[in-house]
Amino acid sequence: MTFLDFEKPIEELYKQIEKTKEIAEKTKVDMSSTVKELEDSILELKKKIYGELTPWQRVQLSRHPERPYTLFYIEQICESFIELHGDRNVKDDKAMVGGIGMIDGQSVVIVGQQKGANTKMRQYRNFGMPNPEGYRKALRLMKMAERFNKPVITFIDTPGAFPGLEAEERGQGEAIARNLFEMAKLKVPIICIIIGEGASGGALGIGIGDKVLMLENTWYSVISPESCSSILWRSWDFKEKAAEQLKLTADDMKSFNLIDGIVKEPLGGAHANPDEMAAIIKKEIKKYLAELMPQSAAERIAKRIKKFDAMGEVNENL
Amino acid sequence: MSWFKRRIQGITTSTREKKEAPDGIWFKCPDCKSAIPMVDLKDNLYVCPKCEFHSRIGSKEYFEIIFDNNEFKELMPEMIAKDFLHFVDLKPYDQRLKDTIKKTKLKDAMRSAHGKVEGFDLVVCCMDFAFIGGSMGSVVGEKISKSIDYCLQHKLPLMIISKSGGARMMESAFSLMQMAKTSAKLTLMTEAGLPYISLCTDPTTGGVTASYAMLGDFNIAEPKAMIGFAGPRVIKETIKKDLPEGFQTSEFLLETGFLDFIVNRKQLKSQLAKLLAMFR
Ligand SMILES: [Zn+2]
Repeated sequence: MTFLDFEKPIEELYKQIEKTKEIAEKTKVDMSSTVKELEDSILELKKKIYGELTPWQRVQLSRHPERPYTLFYIEQICESFIELHGDRNVKDDKAMVGGIGMIDGQSVVIVGQQKGANTKMRQYRNFGMPNPEGYRKALRLMKMAERFNKPVITFIDTPGAFPGLEAEERGQGEAIARNLFEMAKLKVPIICIIIGEGASGGALGIGIGDKVLMLENTWYSVISPESCSSILWRSWDFKEKAAEQLKLTADDMKSFNLIDGIVKEPLGGAHANPDEMAAIIKKEIKKYLAELMPQSAAERIAKRIKKFDAMGEVNENL
Repeated sequence: MSWFKRRIQGITTSTREKKEAPDGIWFKCPDCKSAIPMVDLKDNLYVCPKCEFHSRIGSKEYFEIIFDNNEFKELMPEMIAKDFLHFVDLKPYDQRLKDTIKKTKLKDAMRSAHGKVEGFDLVVCCMDFAFIGGSMGSVVGEKISKSIDYCLQHKLPLMIISKSGGARMMESAFSLMQMAKTSAKLTLMTEAGLPYISLCTDPTTGGVTASYAMLGDFNIAEPKAMIGFAGPRVIKETIKKDLPEGFQTSEFLLETGFLDFIVNRKQLKSQLAKLLAMFR
């Protein structure tokens, strides 16, 4: 288990349990009541720590190395899934995965950014930073979903679209813009779920939906707290302050009506109980599909455009 | 006393009227280094007469260039930004807005107007780089959205002139969602069969490039404008190599297939009229 800096007190208690068990083993003295007490303290401490997370701590949790990624959820949620590759133009982007799957008898098209779990895989997945062909692959699959009248689920988890030379040559800006445009008028239901990092245009590129949901410990912003700190404070040291100022948590986003819902995570975060997290996500998807499927395409599209059109705060007459 | 007051005011006025377009008596071209008399530069629409370098100009100048007799109806001229998040970095956003409005005499980074181009109706949304780096916040998004409503109502074509450093960070996710908002609204133009022209000028970057700037039925640009999604510094840091000559210029985008054509500012109006005539 990897403990983040603010989780150190919990790690301490786990270590104490280990020690107590060792002593019990050696001395053959029954110490189960001590262990029980320690376990109770852990639960109490967890409730306290996770009950008052700062925005920066949530950013840290969203990037936790053991946090489940897109393909894990797909495997858990779908009784069957076939991964589909390529944008039919340039190549197959490993940072963006997608395919067609079955959720309790309902076939759906799923796309999402994919991160890697170890050093080698992280590089293979380009740290979850798609190139234009990733966005175009996602769009290809979404257009296929439209042709066969299948709903679309997107899983968002990216530190941003890849800022590379080839990415610019192949039109990173155009690729994202095209997705925003096409998703706004896609005829089938779209549910977008932010499962980790929701960084800027790279996240939004698969983020236009009838329902946009955020897991409890994720963030969504126009810029990462680190980059914001370096640009606005001209130093990397203000990331915690930037995280607060950017109002990037699920609670903030919901209060501004920039997202439609928050999905509760198990105590300690999604990685503390990935199976439970997947089960919760599946329930949410089914709930929203049941709401969206009976609506007509025209009704959904009109509502979708109206929802995004309402986003913004201005002073009109001053 | 009144004389003294007027002099003070005169002095402050000259600084307050600091415009985006170059000022002074002489203009030193950053490209060919020629010294050009300012009157000549102005007559040449702020394009260097020696080397065709396009100097950055604002909405005021673009409206002058595009609209017949500089006549137009400005849409939503009073709209200003709201510091909804009470954002404070080195300066409170609220204060930054007030200072910038005072300094630039602009209300935000975009102005929208309806006028005629050689007799053809056109709605133009034009960004002003002088206003917090032409950053896209709620005002930019709302002006585009309402301008599209206006186009739909009156069956008019739309042009957006982009000139932006990207998103307005002080509006955080609200700024991000302007990409979604403007792109979603542009689908209604398509639906209604009304043409949308995107003119990219120096610089067109970040969230603006990743939304309305790249969604034109016609994507056009001024020569040698910097157009891209990621900034050159970020790309350089990522790939740890120098960027090739001419990377992320209009010419580069024309070559890679993302622009329909490049237009010299001096031919902009006639080209627009020629294009608009096709949709009469
Ligand atoms: Zn010159």
